[in-house]
Amino acid sequence: MTAVAENAHDTSQIPAPEGSVTITVKILRFNPELDTEPHWESYDVPALPTDRVLNLLFNIKNYVDGTLAFRRSCAHGICGSDAMQINGINRLACKVLVKDLLAKDGKRTTVTVAPIKGLPTMKDLYVDMEPFFEAYRAVKPYLIAYGNEPTRERIQSQADRERFDDTTKCILCAACTSSCPVYWADGSYFGPAAIVNAHRFIFDSRDEGSEERLDILNDAEGVWRCRTTFNCTDACPRGIQVTKAIQEVKRALLFKRV
Amino acid sequence: MSTSTAETAGASDRAGAARRSGTFYRGDPGMWSWVLHRITGVLTFFFLFVHVLDTALVRVSPNAYDEVIETYKTPFVNLLEVALVGAVLYHALNGIRVILVDFWAKGTQYQKVMLWSLIGVWVIVMVPGTYFMLERTVSELFGGGN
Repeated sequence: MTAVAENAHDTSQIPAPEGSVTITVKILRFNPELDTEPHWESYDVPALPTDRVLNLLFNIKNYVDGTLAFRRSCAHGICGSDAMQINGINRLACKVLVKDLLAKDGKRTTVTVAPIKGLPTMKDLYVDMEPFFEAYRAVKPYLIAYGNEPTRERIQSQADRERFDDTTKCILCAACTSSCPVYWADGSYFGPAAIVNAHRFIFDSRDEGSEERLDILNDAEGVWRCRTTFNCTDACPRGIQVTKAIQEVKRALLFKRV
Repeated sequence: MSTSTAETAGASDRAGAARRSGTFYRGDPGMWSWVLHRITGVLTFFFLFVHVLDTALVRVSPNAYDEVIETYKTPFVNLLEVALVGAVLYHALNGIRVILVDFWAKGTQYQKVMLWSLIGVWVIVMVPGTYFMLERTVSELFGGGN
């Protein structure tokens, strides 16, 4: 490929509504059919303070370069498809507003967007989630119950439901797992998301598989690899206290108390 | 083209894909406290290694021990001593924080408060500590010989 100046992209086709400011979006791009290494490309795009980062990506894709690859489904912070590293931290592109990224004193704003770390980059901002889901499946994230099925619903008190309420919120976006320094260094670690989803059933009073899951997480690549760096708690778009959940699983293992 | 490569490789190891690293992650203060904990831990270990060796010299000969200790009485080693106290103090305080995060049910909730307070304690101890540790060296170097 010829060396093109970083700002060579023609972004004049992007509609610039009233009140928009021009900001620079730097994207770590990678095309497996052309590139051997990912490289940064800059796009000067008009943005409204109320725009989300996802809007900027769509404007670049629709008006400048249709080959820009990224994942999104609902675009409303529910499905968890568009986790990416925005200005150095993992966020959902559909939940980050431009107004929160604008530089102070009217200086030119630069927003950097890169794919999440620790998972194989397939193209641009799009990563292979399979290792992530592999770890998720390994902790048996479903109700395990033995004995006869009850004739009516499995009754649970409000207090018992409250016990694992926080970890039911997970949307499997991988923002936490790909923010973990331990996971970057060694992809065989289960990662925060898998532990959160194990926590959701370990502390469920209706579930009888706690022992199995605790055994799995007692593994060398399990819960003990956590170094409590709190990157996962900071990254979670649903506000789950991820490190707290991991610590509760550790203590359940230490003191045999669920 | 892409299908043939997908067939020959496993699901998590496809063509052109690499587990990306290298971009700077602006993590939680908790991540930086962990990085510093490791660095201060390794530095302290190196000190202990040297310390065991120089103390063991006394078994070789007391004179050799005295000679080595004499080389420590320099302004540069004095600075290293201040750094050692700083590293050990940080490592100890953050160690208490990590223990509380591990064993206190509310530890994760107050991890940032604990981090800022341990940095506060560190500064409060290190400012007078540095003064008293360097006082003699500084007065001998610049004090004009009282």
